[in-house]
Amino acid sequence: MPVQNREEIFQKKVDKEIRIEPKDWMPDQYRKTLIRQISQHAHSEIVGMLPEANWITRAPSLRRKATLIAKVQDEAGHGLYLYSAAETLGISRDEMIQQLHSGKAKYSSIFNYPTLTWADMGSIGWLVDGAAIMNQVPLCRASYGPYSRAMIRICKEESFHQRQGFEILLTLSKGNEGQRSMCQESINRWWWPSIMMFGPNDDSSPNTAQSMKWKIKRFTNDELRQRFVDVCAEQVKILGMSLPDPDLKWNEERGHFDFGAINWDEFWNVVNGNGPCNKERLEARKKADEEGAWVREAALAYANKKSRPPSDSVIGGRSLSTQSNEASLK
Amino acid sequence: MNLIKKYYYGDLPDEHNSGTNAPPIAGVEEPAWPLWEIFIRSKQGLDHKHVGSLHATDATMAIENARDVYTRRQEGVSIWVVESKYIHASNPDDAESFYEPANDKVYRHPTFYDLPDELKHM
Repeated sequence: MPVQNREEIFQKKVDKEIRIEPKDWMPDQYRKTLIRQISQHAHSEIVGMLPEANWITRAPSLRRKATLIAKVQDEAGHGLYLYSAAETLGISRDEMIQQLHSGKAKYSSIFNYPTLTWADMGSIGWLVDGAAIMNQVPLCRASYGPYSRAMIRICKEESFHQRQGFEILLTLSKGNEGQRSMCQESINRWWWPSIMMFGPNDDSSPNTAQSMKWKIKRFTNDELRQRFVDVCAEQVKILGMSLPDPDLKWNEERGHFDFGAINWDEFWNVVNGNGPCNKERLEARKKADEEGAWVREAALAYANKKSRPPSDSVIGGRSLSTQSNEASLK
Repeated sequence: MNLIKKYYYGDLPDEHNSGTNAPPIAGVEEPAWPLWEIFIRSKQGLDHKHVGSLHATDATMAIENARDVYTRRQEGVSIWVVESKYIHASNPDDAESFYEPANDKVYRHPTFYDLPDELKHM
């Protein structure tokens, strides 16, 4: 069948909201876009464990500590759902990890900011996870089946993340002077990076149109950002705190909050590797990978040894295990 | 987040020649763990349902990892794992002809039969 017909059939299926599954024909560019988006999303979940893991040992109570551990565990799970979804498109886990480590694949810039105070655990939950949810809920309807199924599972779990974050801030907001100012200071630091999470403005985001036609994305970056600002501008009142934007005010005519200009130089600077923690984050991932290598090798060697008939294990040794490794690669 | 785009990843080439502009990383020859498909029974009486996949060296590890990845909130009471290479699937390209035989057999459905309204309990 000519490619053009296949593309038409593909687009018709997408238009009719029929999900695309791994073995279905799809345009190359659709596959590439998905691999890029899903793997970056997976990397974000995994790197996103680092800023929060930083506070596990210093969580102020057992309740907070148990919650934070569960949340970080969830992020690991989310990373795995997404890596699996990306693998159905024909890229290997190993290749994705290499692309992260070499800097070829990116992850969400937000995780290149440091977590300086306990209040940051609250701000991350409320603002960072809040922005992520705003982004991710429409992805539950993404046209690619494995991605949409992973996103449904993630969104279900993500809601506790946001609520526990807000609870942390709410508790601080009712605390003493020091706790209240810690709360406000943290919101001040996380607000702008959070609304940058939605990505470049629509007029400088050329991929959006195609992604929307393919129903990978349902809303533009600016639409989602506006929705997030509207929600947060109200929620912050419950905390008795403020958002660090003097231009933030309700616009009766638009039915939305107006907000100030975003510092895109800062955004691109962090994306390009010059944020406060880019180096630290990548080093931590590489270190974990390198230092875990022997565990992965040992587990594989053990599995191979167990699956060999007993007589073989007497011969044992390198050559045999190399053989079975090769077999398992196929 | 996932909206960051273009410059970085758009150059992903087909199949095996990717990463040409990325510096090589030591130890890439590491053999991959096999892939497993995971099926979970959410509660007694329901059937096992495919939930996703993961890598593990053997079935025991696959089941333990599946518990950690897919049942953190009591989503299951039973787990099946099958190494992905043993799954054989019908070809989506053939779907039309493959399932065609069922198309013209409406008489397999109960609603096909004309019966009087007075007839009860049937």
